[in-house]
Amino acid sequence: MLNLSLQSLSLGLEKKTFSSQELTKFYLERIKRHNTSLNAFISIDEDKSLLMAKKSDELIAEGRPSPLTGIPIAQKDIFCAQGWPATCGSKMLENFIAPYDATVIEKFNAAGAVNIGKTNMDEFAMGSSNETSYFGPVKNPWNLELVPGGSSGGSAAAVAARLAPAATGTDTGGSIRQPASLCGFTGLKPTYGLVSRYGMIAFASSLDQAGPMAISAEDCALMMNVMTGHDKRDSTSVERDKEDYMSQLNGSIKGLKIGIPKEFFSQGLDPSVQTLVESAIEQYKNLGAEIIEISLPNNHLAIPVYYVIAPAEASSNLSRYDGVRYGYRTKEYDDLMDMYFKTRQEGFGNEVKRRILIGTYVLSAGYYDAYYLKAQKIRRLISEDFTNAFKKCDVIMGPSAPSVAFKAGEKKEDPLAMYMQDIYTISTNLAGLPAMSIPAGFTNNLPVGLQLIGNYFSEAKLLNIAHSYQQHTDWHLQSAKGFD
Amino acid sequence: MTISKKDIEKIAHLARINISQAEAEQLEQKLIGIMSLIDKMQAVNTDNIEPMSHALDISQPLRDDVVTEFDLREKILPLAPEIEESLFIVPQVIE
Repeated sequence: MLNLSLQSLSLGLEKKTFSSQELTKFYLERIKRHNTSLNAFISIDEDKSLLMAKKSDELIAEGRPSPLTGIPIAQKDIFCAQGWPATCGSKMLENFIAPYDATVIEKFNAAGAVNIGKTNMDEFAMGSSNETSYFGPVKNPWNLELVPGGSSGGSAAAVAARLAPAATGTDTGGSIRQPASLCGFTGLKPTYGLVSRYGMIAFASSLDQAGPMAISAEDCALMMNVMTGHDKRDSTSVERDKEDYMSQLNGSIKGLKIGIPKEFFSQGLDPSVQTLVESAIEQYKNLGAEIIEISLPNNHLAIPVYYVIAPAEASSNLSRYDGVRYGYRTKEYDDLMDMYFKTRQEGFGNEVKRRILIGTYVLSAGYYDAYYLKAQKIRRLISEDFTNAFKKCDVIMGPSAPSVAFKAGEKKEDPLAMYMQDIYTISTNLAGLPAMSIPAGFTNNLPVGLQLIGNYFSEAKLLNIAHSYQQHTDWHLQSAKGFD
Repeated sequence: MTISKKDIEKIAHLARINISQAEAEQLEQKLIGIMSLIDKMQAVNTDNIEPMSHALDISQPLRDDVVTEFDLREKILPLAPEIEESLFIVPQVIE
């Protein structure tokens, strides 16, 4: 049951082997049993979920199901879902109940999917360990002393412990792929602009992108069919024909040209991770792919550039939290200014404050050219590296993260060490490219992810490449023990 | 370039965040660390390179100027920390 694909669940529902209400109860039970130890969910609402399940059962009875009808999906708490809390992992939004649906939520609702709960995350998606959440850290199901990665750590733990068949995440610098790697499942960050950002609480608007987190590439493809599409309410949503991400899944990958950037295998990469990533690439070779060495010479600049651009955009986006229209307001204050200052001091956590301050600094008079403009210029160099690389290859492969899951508390007070977690993922956000992380094996019983980076809008091809591997391996079907 | 206590005070003011003495001590070391990471950019020659503000080469789309969202007051007002009738209440700003 726990490893069933979304398609098999859908078939079970259609054949009435089980109802959506039964399936939803089954997962709600699992959440009740295991959330105390994992802290993967911030809010659960049985009545709401079961009501959605009941409606889905009616759709199925009427013979009008679509592929995700009746299937429980865990939603990252960054998405607004009408009537549900949307905290974004922050005290600032602790009591915020979303008054409307994000486009992503609207699309899942229209497909008849069941919202099984809102998942924990780093505060405002700023973090790589899920330790910055106001609602407490999330534990890695593979070892409760370790972090699940972040920022989509709650969704990651939920999928890894099978507390939901699939989940949504968002990825600004690696927040889908790094937790997918650390928790051992499949995650996809689409091309920037493919999934609407409307109703998704903003962190760094030129980088934020939502995507699926699920057991397999096939499941991700099914979710992509629901999540994508042009949205007038997001001015950066791209206008292009809707694709069927299932259509290319089974295509042959013979002759596929895989680019291996030497910069992804240099210092800082855990040798045991390197070994597994290399053997996964070797397996692709056995499947008929051709390996080409490439170079991304500016990749080492991705983290410095990101820590200018993301905080700059965040400092602007988070200026809306002023204690006036919604969210937290300090209890005692002398005047309006005092209210702003104390509200923001008390409502934001340390990492969020650090990033707001860095962002404010790099945008302030006298520093704009030296930092913000400089970062935007190097962003182009990083992006051009990929343009050049894709002249020689169809896909780029390497590690998703430099290490396996690390101990809680280990990097919490060391932002620079934490930032290095995203060394292989950030450059694709800066360029806006799609990328995946798929399970590629285990070292010391901990999962390791292989990263696949594609050219713009090549998600269907990426999913095909990932699916081919998953037809020949079963790493993705292994789940953490102790969550039966 | 490094970041001083005075800079932190200034940007905290711009960002409208109160910083306690204890917080300032902690922050200084961490922000200096982050700025030194960022400063690695300075070694790169970026002459004649067009800044990239966005991943995709798209321009702001225009739409017809028609009402798409109707009165959401009843939904939105209860989310505020303090309201009176249809107004958000803040400390007095006009004498």
